[in-house]
Amino acid sequence: MTTIETTHTTNGVIGQRLLRKEDPALLTGEARYTNDLQIPGALHLAVLRSPYAHAKILRVDLSRALEIPGVRAAYSGADLADLWAAPMPCAWPVTDDMKNPVHYPLATSTACYVGDGLACVLAETDAIARDALEAIEVDYEPLRAVVGLEDALSDEVVIHPDLGTNKSYTWNLLVEETEGAVEAAFASATYTVAERYVQQRLLPMAMETRAVAAVPQPFGGDITLYSSTQVPHILKVMTAITLGIPEHQVRVVAPAVGGGFGSKLNVYAEELLCVALSRKLGLPVRWNEERSENSMATIHGRGQIQNIELAADAEGKLTAVRVRLLADMGAYLQLVTPGIPILGAFLYAGVYHIPKAYDFSCTAAFTNLTPTDAYRGAGRPEATYAIERAMDALAREVGVDPLEIRRRNFIPTEAYPYEAFSGLTYDSGDHDLAATKAAEMIDYDGLRARQAEVNVPGSTKRLGIGVSTYFEMCGLAPSRVLASLNYGAGGWEAATVRVLPTNKVQVVTGTSPHGQGHETSWSMIVADKLGVDPADVHVLHSDTAISPLGLDTYGSRSLPVGGVAVAMACDKVIDKAKQIAAHQLEAAVEDLTFENGSFSVQGSPDRALPLAAIAFAAFTAHNLPDGLEPNLEAQVSYDPPNFSWPFGTHMCAVEVDLETGKVDLITYVAVDDCGVQINPLIVDGQVHGGVVQGIAQALYEEAVYDADGNLTTSTLAEYLVPAASDVPSIITGHTVTPSPTNQLGVKGVGEAGTIGAAPAVINAVVDALKEFGVTDVPMPASPLTVWNTLNNARANHSSGGTS
Amino acid sequence: MEISVTVNGVKHTAEVEGRTLLVHFVREQLGMTGTNIGCDTSSCGACSLHLNGEAVKSCTILAVQADGTEITTIEGMAGADGTLHPMQQAFMENHGLQCGYCTPGMVMAATSLLKENPNPTEEDVRLGLEGNLCRCTGYHNIVQSVLAAAKA
Repeated sequence: MTTIETTHTTNGVIGQRLLRKEDPALLTGEARYTNDLQIPGALHLAVLRSPYAHAKILRVDLSRALEIPGVRAAYSGADLADLWAAPMPCAWPVTDDMKNPVHYPLATSTACYVGDGLACVLAETDAIARDALEAIEVDYEPLRAVVGLEDALSDEVVIHPDLGTNKSYTWNLLVEETEGAVEAAFASATYTVAERYVQQRLLPMAMETRAVAAVPQPFGGDITLYSSTQVPHILKVMTAITLGIPEHQVRVVAPAVGGGFGSKLNVYAEELLCVALSRKLGLPVRWNEERSENSMATIHGRGQIQNIELAADAEGKLTAVRVRLLADMGAYLQLVTPGIPILGAFLYAGVYHIPKAYDFSCTAAFTNLTPTDAYRGAGRPEATYAIERAMDALAREVGVDPLEIRRRNFIPTEAYPYEAFSGLTYDSGDHDLAATKAAEMIDYDGLRARQAEVNVPGSTKRLGIGVSTYFEMCGLAPSRVLASLNYGAGGWEAATVRVLPTNKVQVVTGTSPHGQGHETSWSMIVADKLGVDPADVHVLHSDTAISPLGLDTYGSRSLPVGGVAVAMACDKVIDKAKQIAAHQLEAAVEDLTFENGSFSVQGSPDRALPLAAIAFAAFTAHNLPDGLEPNLEAQVSYDPPNFSWPFGTHMCAVEVDLETGKVDLITYVAVDDCGVQINPLIVDGQVHGGVVQGIAQALYEEAVYDADGNLTTSTLAEYLVPAASDVPSIITGHTVTPSPTNQLGVKGVGEAGTIGAAPAVINAVVDALKEFGVTDVPMPASPLTVWNTLNNARANHSSGGTS
Repeated sequence: MEISVTVNGVKHTAEVEGRTLLVHFVREQLGMTGTNIGCDTSSCGACSLHLNGEAVKSCTILAVQADGTEITTIEGMAGADGTLHPMQQAFMENHGLQCGYCTPGMVMAATSLLKENPNPTEEDVRLGLEGNLCRCTGYHNIVQSVLAAAKA
């Protein structure tokens, strides 16, 4: 049973497991996703995509497609060249000399990945439009495809000849107390480890593929863009810039959105095509992505090769960390592609204290593959995986238990707020508490004892136990820190709280939920603050006409930035209401208290006015203090002073079948500390889903390309999103260490599960096979991969080689 | 081709192309968009509905094959007075949904599962729902929802 500290609540609403307001519409089919919208007269867009990973486009002949009944128009990339005021946007030029290939919604001369759009059709139905694609004739000159990162950096084939190289950038973070500190630490270390890990490419696979509809009002000049996006506000700005449309004439609406996981944190070609073509033709244009199209045309996650080295003293305490990262950008830079590895750059020391001896360098390269970008965790799962796997390697070197090596290195609780080597300040934490709780919940000592009993010669199964301890680093983000990282936007969030004349409350938020339950959680924050019933609060979002200010939902930022903004707007509403109450009660503002939704004069509890009376008084404006504006509403734009630092410990046990290589995940315990929990029901749900996405990376999922750059896992028949039967129940536990940097004490939780899970699972698999000399199992640890790894290790062992 | 189907108790007669899938007929011709599409390989189960009382993936059936059948979609599950079906209620009470996209299919598959096996174990539920994919919940609370509905 989870107990929640409620010092951060005023009226006892925060911390309740309130059922979600969102659910009835979603459970009954009433909710409308973008492709559910009925738009009379809309033309259907279909995009012709390159079947080659790398090819010159010699000729595009649309004539046969245009003859098909029901086809209204067809265009090549060249036909539309004058529609674009600017290239496709990349908002994160991480270095001044970063190479960023210019690209537009449709390619004109060269196709750079399988799925790269190069022509399109508009037709009366989706089926006609897709049929017509087959009638477009294209002459290609296939070129050699660059598929691997090492191949890319050889520059034998340069994908974008105008750039002269496939290297996009090298980004360095070298922190040393004195020059040469890292080298010196490695030279004097008692223990060192050097590990190489591969972060395979992943397909985000939100259950709703992308969908877009653009509805123009040709005579008014305005346009409404409906899109299955996480970022309606960012999309509005970018649509205006890339298409040269006055921003005030663009409205973006994200209707119900069926999951995103980072893949809908972008500005996509099809969004710009729908807007541009609907304006060109004066008709609504819509597009719906098929699943196999989604696998190629929506960004991928991960795609990194990690080299990590640790130096440690005689006790196994870390003295230096060195990381060399290769990151696969794919064919082009999408919205935040280059920044993803950098988001992890600060986390390769994990939750451990290290001196100022940290040497991180990331080199990013182009390949002829789908662009990568944000996928749940975005840089942080990769970093956490590397350090948590490497800590197990260090434990093996030192000869101590994986949990013990972590305990020796945890940042001590009393050191918080903790100024890290990087200059970032970690807000609060108690790593030992979370680890101890997880160990108790899974019975760590008991499992180790059982492991010694059952892992014996003759048995065909091996029990393995895995640990990972992590930071989430979220609450994106203090705008000034983003500026120092060359990010092209701020990290603030906006909220408006409006008490209506009848004491119902409207909240306008700049966050854009797509499964996270903001309507419920924001209602709880307001109810707690204002002393109203959560059912009397209505949250408006995801429509730039209603919520003009905001920076949307990603990076576990919604609660620690957007939710805190809501709380601050409530404070402003209370301040204003207090002035009205003081005026009407003929008391001084300082003498009023606000409790349980009512203002009263201290010492005279009978002299009181409920918020409802103030709300009506603010509406009628018959009797307000001089100079005070009518109506009871307040708006806040909140720029967080710091990132927030959720943390936790995940532990799991696996059973590996030595004869088949199959890994069975027997039990999984996640102890997460996301600070104060607004709604533990929702927090648990976020952890469950996040953990399973991490398990999926560890055991099941990989975007597999052949040597020619063809994606061979483009459908859900080949790409193994786990089903219910593939994963166990997730046992969740929590510790609560409030963040001192915001009034709610919250930290964020959206990505924690994913960050903690993959290293816990692979550490368990390696632990199961340690007696055979196995020190690494590549992800995904499929039966074949495990079986091959085991047999290679056995062969090495028996031939006297080292593993 | 002309077909007649009864959907959520209402008889519809309509012209359909031979190639029209049942899910497209329901969504586009009847305008009942609660049934979602999540893949193109009959892998995800988002389009599950009840055909003559049994859960089917409506992307695996041509509209013409449904001629003369009785269909229930997610829109037909709640009572006319707005009371949620016990399975819908269980999903709500156990936080068995997040983005909601797989949810109609999950609810339809889960009700069909309980009809076949009114007292399933957790293992039964996990195996019984393996044709329906969810990306948000990790299945934990979906399984809890179905087990709770079985007890309700």
